[in-house]
Amino acid sequence: MIRKEMIAMLLAGGQGSRLGVLTAEIAKPAVAFGGKYRIIDFALSNCINSGVDTVGVLTQYQPLRLNTHIGIGIPWDLDKNIGGVSVLPPYEKSNESEWYSGTANAIYQNLGYIEYYNPEYVLILGGDHIYKMDYEVMLKFHKANKADITIATIQVPMEEANRFGVVITDETKRITEFEEKPEKPRSNLASMGIYIFSWPVLREALIAMKDQKNCDFGKHIIPYCHNKEKRIFAYEYNGYWKDVGTLGSYWESNMELIDLIPEFNLYEEFWKIYTKTEYIPSQYIGSNAVVEKAIIGEASEIYGKVYNSVIGSGVTIGEGAVVRDSIIMNGTVIGERTVVNKSILAENVQIGNDCELGVGEDIPNKEKPNIYSFGLVTVGEYSKIPGGVKLGKNTVVSGETTPSDYVDGILKSGETINKAGERI
Amino acid sequence: MRAIGIVLAGGSSTHMRELSNKRAVAAMPIAGGYRAIDFVLSNMSNSQIQKVAVFTQYNSKSLNEHLNSSKWWDFGRKQGGLYVFSPTITADNRSWYRGTADAIAQNLDFLKSSHEPYVVIASGDCIYKMDYNDVLYYHIAKKADVTIVTKRLSSEQDATRFGVVNVNQDGRIVEFEEKPVVTDSNLISTGIYIVRRRQLIEMIEQANEEGRFDFVKDILIRYRNVKKIYSYEMDSYWSNIGTAESYYDTNMDFLDKKVREYFFKEYPDIYSKVIDLPPAKYNPGCKVKNSLIASGSIINGTVENSLLFKEVYVGNNCTIKNSVILNDVYIGDNCNIENCIIESKSTIAAGTEHIGKETTAIIVEKNARYVI
Repeated sequence: MIRKEMIAMLLAGGQGSRLGVLTAEIAKPAVAFGGKYRIIDFALSNCINSGVDTVGVLTQYQPLRLNTHIGIGIPWDLDKNIGGVSVLPPYEKSNESEWYSGTANAIYQNLGYIEYYNPEYVLILGGDHIYKMDYEVMLKFHKANKADITIATIQVPMEEANRFGVVITDETKRITEFEEKPEKPRSNLASMGIYIFSWPVLREALIAMKDQKNCDFGKHIIPYCHNKEKRIFAYEYNGYWKDVGTLGSYWESNMELIDLIPEFNLYEEFWKIYTKTEYIPSQYIGSNAVVEKAIIGEASEIYGKVYNSVIGSGVTIGEGAVVRDSIIMNGTVIGERTVVNKSILAENVQIGNDCELGVGEDIPNKEKPNIYSFGLVTVGEYSKIPGGVKLGKNTVVSGETTPSDYVDGILKSGETINKAGERI
Repeated sequence: MRAIGIVLAGGSSTHMRELSNKRAVAAMPIAGGYRAIDFVLSNMSNSQIQKVAVFTQYNSKSLNEHLNSSKWWDFGRKQGGLYVFSPTITADNRSWYRGTADAIAQNLDFLKSSHEPYVVIASGDCIYKMDYNDVLYYHIAKKADVTIVTKRLSSEQDATRFGVVNVNQDGRIVEFEEKPVVTDSNLISTGIYIVRRRQLIEMIEQANEEGRFDFVKDILIRYRNVKKIYSYEMDSYWSNIGTAESYYDTNMDFLDKKVREYFFKEYPDIYSKVIDLPPAKYNPGCKVKNSLIASGSIINGTVENSLLFKEVYVGNNCTIKNSVILNDVYIGDNCNIENCIIESKSTIAAGTEHIGKETTAIIVEKNARYVI
């Protein structure tokens, strides 16, 4: 007989459109983070470290990289005889077929998966946060309160609370009211989008709300349960938790990892973060190289100078090149004497010799000023930048570019070149 | 490939000095991320050998931990697999492996119950890349009984610690001397052999009846005029790490870009057991030049012409030169280390100096460690 106390459903279908070209061809949970990890590694590692060994990963947007990364779950010890990790994409049904139209709708379409494992509790997770959390402690809290639903919450600064869904609790931590992005928040306890449901409660709610369009946990399922006077409790988490939803916060949280003693410490033996290791060889630092305040992944070859940066695995930085305040992902090659200032270079980018990135005035991006700001240069995966060109601030390059794409050899601050799709 | 693999990894070596106290030679860490045995296992996997037996004896625990799963090297699980054979006491055998041939003899069932026509035998302490299929084609074309892979050493390398061979024009081995006192030949046996499985069973059974236990001395050298033993000369990188000096030199070879390209970048890859470690961290004030750094390391001081293996911590104001620092070593502040191999899990107290003068010094230092 199959029985699991708690299984996890990990929502990994979203695009994360505010990460711009970084998520043009890969889902946000599969975006590289911290040199050698991908964002989903944190949630998956939390699961196995908490003793949750059955995880359904719901995918929809650009799942290829996510699928190859997860595989059968070997890196997380999630290759199990019973349970383990299963990737759950939308599928065709006999009468009607639909995409996942909302977070709760995606779970509704996979009721069969949950039923197969016969759980008492279901843990709902997102795949796009950086944190270490013991879900078992949260489950104990859930049981101790005889709760129907437990929502993980975190204290945020009062002035930022209007960006979140906040909860108001009584003295027993039972939630009395919800406010979604309130103008004048009455509480600074923000929902982290992590829920534990007692399975019968979740099942009943999903079936009752099945005809709701774009059915969402925060907007529909939780309010529905609240109206039915279910016991909903707020579990307060007080560790490191970072939403890497924008390019700015993505850049910042990467940079925090290189602090002398980082707040989010990857070097502790306890609560290890696992990932699919694609490279085994050690990294090489050349005779003329300078590396100061950086983390660097396996098999990278550094011949130039690196300051204050996060470098992935298999990266080559040429002789005489200078990299400052940047994130460089796996497999990227930077030519000789090229200067890279405050940039995010996605995977397998090739930059020629004698280029200069991130120079000039800080002018907002003309096409998408709300995505490409912070003065960053953003380059999409598999892009090519020819030798000798200059790129201004808040610029975006995607696809294989040639010298003719750069007027007078310059891409001015705030400009965009999009030639993606020409790779195939 | 129509062959099974046998890896001889049972030996210890007094030439390794203190380094062999806690592990078999085949378990020695190499180039930061690997163990010596990874190279032969990856070569076998990349040659499409599905079924491999590793014979261990000396300090077999060190290898067992590394060989806890066959999946790191992509060996079969249902078709084939990775077998680790350590000596056991049975009703009709009460001895350790008394030699390489005896090790095979004690596990003859493995050979008898296989159906692949050929056997590749190799040792676990050599660093090289090879497609054994090429050797097998040569073996078949020559209609050889045994093919030995050989390597021509350069004039400054010492051939006398290996088996030295002489060949005729056809490539057949006419002379074979194990560890000669003096020699004029520089063609040595690399310890890689291909032999037909039934032929091997026959030779092993005969040696066993006669109470002879060594594969080289009692089979290859003894039968060299009766059996057709051919030499397949390899010309790519090959290194045996059986002495502390050659172990140090082999690691230092990886500071050469050509060697790194050959092993790290070119097809096929070398595989190893993966332990997930965070990226290496370079703190403000560190100076690193011409060095190979493995993941999980944290560097505050100066490192030049050296290899730091996994999870090495280098304190403030340290200077490390021309040294090989093995896994999980903690080096306190203000240390000065030159021409050393530091054994894994050592803790070097702050302010110490270790300098290898004429030969490379091997440092094993256990101090209390206070880690944040």
